[in-house]
Amino acid sequence: MNRHLLSMRDLSAEDVVRILDTAESFREVGTRVIKKVPALRGRTVVNLFYENSTRTRISFELAAKRLSADVINFSTTGSSVAKGESLKDTALTLQAMGADAIVIRHASSGAPHRLTTWVRGHVLNAGDGTHEHPTQALLDLYTLRERLGRLEGLRVAIVGDVLHSRVARSLSFGLVTMGSEVTLVGPPTLIPPEALAWGVQIDHDLDAVLPKLDVCYLLRVQTERQRLEYVPSIREYARRYGLTSARVAMLPDEAIVMHPGPMNRGVEIDSDVADLPRSVMEAQVTNGIAVRMALLYLLLGAGGEEG
Amino acid sequence: MSAPAWLLRGARVVDPAQGRDEPLDVLVRGGVVAEVGVGLDAAGATVLDVAGALLAPGLVDLHAHLREPGEEHKETIATGTRAAAAGGYTAVAAMANTSPVSDRAAVVRAVRELAEATGACDVFPVGAITKGQQGETLAEIGELVEAGVRLLSDDGRCVASARVLRNALTYARAFAEPVVIADHAEDPDLVEGGQMHEGVHSVALGLAGRPAEAEEVIVARDLAIARMTGGRLHLCHLSSARAVELVRRAKQEGIRVSAEVTPHHLTFTDEDLRDYDTNLKVNPPLRTAEDREALRDALVDGTIDAVATDHAPHAVEEKEVEFDRAPPGTIGLETALAVVLTELVAPGRIDLLRAIDALSTTPARILGASEHGGPIAPGRPANLVVVDPEASWVVEPPFVSKARNAAFLGRRLRGRVVHTLLRGRPTVLDGKVVA
Repeated sequence: MNRHLLSMRDLSAEDVVRILDTAESFREVGTRVIKKVPALRGRTVVNLFYENSTRTRISFELAAKRLSADVINFSTTGSSVAKGESLKDTALTLQAMGADAIVIRHASSGAPHRLTTWVRGHVLNAGDGTHEHPTQALLDLYTLRERLGRLEGLRVAIVGDVLHSRVARSLSFGLVTMGSEVTLVGPPTLIPPEALAWGVQIDHDLDAVLPKLDVCYLLRVQTERQRLEYVPSIREYARRYGLTSARVAMLPDEAIVMHPGPMNRGVEIDSDVADLPRSVMEAQVTNGIAVRMALLYLLLGAGGEEG
Repeated sequence: MSAPAWLLRGARVVDPAQGRDEPLDVLVRGGVVAEVGVGLDAAGATVLDVAGALLAPGLVDLHAHLREPGEEHKETIATGTRAAAAGGYTAVAAMANTSPVSDRAAVVRAVRELAEATGACDVFPVGAITKGQQGETLAEIGELVEAGVRLLSDDGRCVASARVLRNALTYARAFAEPVVIADHAEDPDLVEGGQMHEGVHSVALGLAGRPAEAEEVIVARDLAIARMTGGRLHLCHLSSARAVELVRRAKQEGIRVSAEVTPHHLTFTDEDLRDYDTNLKVNPPLRTAEDREALRDALVDGTIDAVATDHAPHAVEEKEVEFDRAPPGTIGLETALAVVLTELVAPGRIDLLRAIDALSTTPARILGASEHGGPIAPGRPANLVVVDPEASWVVEPPFVSKARNAAFLGRRLRGRVVHTLLRGRPTVLDGKVVA
């Protein structure tokens, strides 16, 4: 594995298996009364979040704490960043304070890459702009392997705003690496044809795709104003691409439904569908902690490499 | 004070204005070329042994951002023109997007006076097409022309309104002097928010795209309006194959158009942005390998007339940020000649005479810089550059420019300026800026 986790494209199939297997061994820690191992005692992990995030930040925080690392949560509101400090200066400050790893969430694509040119420590991408969200993809791969027993040959549809989705990119790259068959589904304005270069299929008709799936992965519909020009209305989007109870019946019996959260119930997914046993969102969240423990452990601890 | 006399002995003289490429001595006296020939007598002149070097007319840049007045933290006329001299330039067109905008004679005169007082090469201020580069009301073009402006541009901003462009191209025909209207050809609507060329790489990198079609539609529009008005159009920094093809056909049709290309568009592609290097963030963006080949072909066959640097200095802290926050642009004056020699001449893609033509003779003609671009002949102003074509060097700070946002940072280039003479006076001597 590389020194940083920036993109799923940097991981080989062997890397992914190693991460998922390591996560498997950490899964058990979360079921103990005392949910802690000493693997990263004395190491410092900084959560540097330039965007609001509940689940990813808390998940990383718990992952680091369960490994006994010291965790600093640096949120940008009310901090030096609010006073206009640059990303570079903030990073250098954190490095000077002894950060061994920086977990960064940022609205700008490539911000984690920029960070690696300025700091010596490990950089973990916790979501950058419309680029990638590799830890989400890895926890999704973990959940898929856990639920369906394999990744190779799985038929997965990723439905929604692929153009602006960092989840779609990371998950597509990861699934293709692991030998799954990926179809991107959504209106043509939100599915760039250049995505064919990722080794995926593209379809614009969800109903035609559903009967041939093992996994239906729904992306969150982003409702910021500038995103709305790509579809006539949220209502029309929900009508054509929302996973309704009627549509979920078209899935094969064993197929599962996934969503990275937070969900817009009634838009990309009906409330009833979200609460079905085949919808595995809770498992995704739980597995996220184990997968992030594995990543921190493999980057900071296991290799014996000093930051 | 009279300029010293020099005998430049033994260089390969490359003079596109006369189609000349042969080893000759050049005697410079009183700021002008006194004699060109074989085995010239020094006759008291200081002899510079330049055997094995290339001797060409000083280079002329149609497109440099010197940033003064207003953004002196990025570059000044003093530092920018020294960077130009270091790169072999004796004349540069200074872009109009200063603060205040060069949309009136007072700003043009101020730039010229600063250049005369502090500059190391001739500076030709570019005038804005519209007041404040707002794209709405024509600048007082008559006043600008009277102040010596020959090139008008709202560079950085496309003239978005076809009607405004039509009026500019039509109005500019009023003058006895040839007045050129230069456009940054990218449809503002299609490139809104765009960070790099739209394609496989922008989609994978999650960066909003600036499609090649944004250039194509504006070039098509501009050419139609140039045909309609008979005005003289110049297209800045072309970047795409289809735009090049439109220009090629327009020239065959007799439309009055010229075009430029930058060294970085001739070298890099969108794939080079994989690590989000902000020094490679430029407008128009770096495009595909096919586009790059088309640009090279167009430079060879003359569809693209000139190589222009689009020298765009920025402060270090302005570029050391997130990719989408970085301003577009790369410095280029110190590297342009070496890039053309390394990337195009050395592999035999373009012959040396055409390369110098595109870097000097043709841009001098477009700019109306009659003292520049050769011919290297008796009585002509001694604006000359001597280049060691074999010298190999790595692009790295310190630069002569105040900025260091160089797209070519870390690249090894061949060809280094040894001497630059401005009207017989060295601005660069033995590789050192002396102006």
